[in-house]
Amino acid sequence: MTLGMKKNEVPQDKSNLESANFKELCYAVDENGEYTTELSTGWSPKTIALNNAIEALNERISASKQRVIDLKVSPLEYYMELHKMDLPILASYVGIWKWRVKRHFRPAVFKSLNNKTLQKYADVFDITIEELQRTDL
Amino acid sequence: MEIDFKHKQAAHCENGVVANLMTYNGFTVSEPMVFGIGSGLLFTYIPFLKVNHAPVVSYRAMPGIIFTRFATRVGIKIKREKFRNVQTAKARLDENLQRNNPVGLQVGVYNLPYFPDEYRFHFNAHNMVVYGKKDGLYLISDPVMETVTSLTEKELEKVRFAKGAFAPKGHIYYPTSFPEQLQLEKAIIRGIKHTCRDMLAPVPVVGVKGIRKIAQLIRKWPKSKGVKIANHYLGQIVRMQEEIGTGGGGFRYIYAAFLQEAGKLLNNNQLLELSKEMTLIGDQWRDFAVEASRIYKNRSNSVAVDQYDHVATLLEDIANKEEVFFKKLKKAI
Repeated sequence: MTLGMKKNEVPQDKSNLESANFKELCYAVDENGEYTTELSTGWSPKTIALNNAIEALNERISASKQRVIDLKVSPLEYYMELHKMDLPILASYVGIWKWRVKRHFRPAVFKSLNNKTLQKYADVFDITIEELQRTDL
Repeated sequence: MEIDFKHKQAAHCENGVVANLMTYNGFTVSEPMVFGIGSGLLFTYIPFLKVNHAPVVSYRAMPGIIFTRFATRVGIKIKREKFRNVQTAKARLDENLQRNNPVGLQVGVYNLPYFPDEYRFHFNAHNMVVYGKKDGLYLISDPVMETVTSLTEKELEKVRFAKGAFAPKGHIYYPTSFPEQLQLEKAIIRGIKHTCRDMLAPVPVVGVKGIRKIAQLIRKWPKSKGVKIANHYLGQIVRMQEEIGTGGGGFRYIYAAFLQEAGKLLNNNQLLELSKEMTLIGDQWRDFAVEASRIYKNRSNSVAVDQYDHVATLLEDIANKEEVFFKKLKKAI
């Protein structure tokens, strides 16, 4: 009976790690059944999962972009998606209650925000207030 | 200043930081030993919480707790500090480096410049060691990286004060006192007992029961959520199980390595046998990942429901095996 993942069976599939010249450490057994470690360049089942997650994220970003262009939401929502955030994360970064951030997604409310609040958002997204206010993304 | 610190790559960041800090202080301990004594192995489904718009399962104990348990069990003391103020956090770090004391830091991953873009998510429980400062750059030993690296003051401040769930708040930690000799034997037994208790816990979302719960959900998702979302959820489970840090098979291989090392140390042949068994269970987790990826690799909306039933059955089989396994392990020590 073959037992466990052998050192020479540690998957070396193409993955997103390659671009950063990055290898991860895996545990595997050698020919005597002794545990040892081996570097792996990646494994397809998880590369597919990661790529799907990124694709789903990009879909969210472009859907949000369209909503901004259609003036249905404020650009805040788009930048939140662009930075892979969700509402609790964004609220925590700007230090504003979640329900208030959610209100700021409404274009009319967003327009009435003062510079101090806008600056908070702009700082988190690392852009200027002018950039933040543009709806022609 | 630069402290003479030996960087050794690990599978998981927390174990790696602990193992490397221990080595620096003259005690050689392996990553699996830290993981096993700290009772790192677990399975939990966290209901009501969503990360990346998908349910959360975890294959390991809560961030930070592995080191805390390891320290208590082998008799070392750790100092931990969190900060409200960015300047104080920096000052405390610099003081320690000034004293030639390498420290562990909890950081967020999203703004780590040396991570591949695709891996930069808002995950705040990453760990690294800072072992010096040179020309305004902090010298960084990140255990999941092959080699050491560096960060500017601004970059380090950003990751130390990342926001969101598990916000690190500048969290800094390091061992402060050590026993004359590490008493691994007793610590190993305590670690194993704890893991058995966790995995057999009578809680519906934890351990073996948690695995069964997830299997049940997987059967439901295609009907209740639709194929697209079901596949997104399934992909997330596999990522939690296999992404950087688990050493493969949702930490099961690391745990098998620990049992092997422990078996030799305690002269306990049963542990050696159980190590082999755990390896086989790790293989089953890998099989589950392969089968799950067959489902989510085509993103069309037409996946036969019986495919979800199939992977759910694989999980239930794993749950049964692990239940038997941890009962045996409990008796073996």
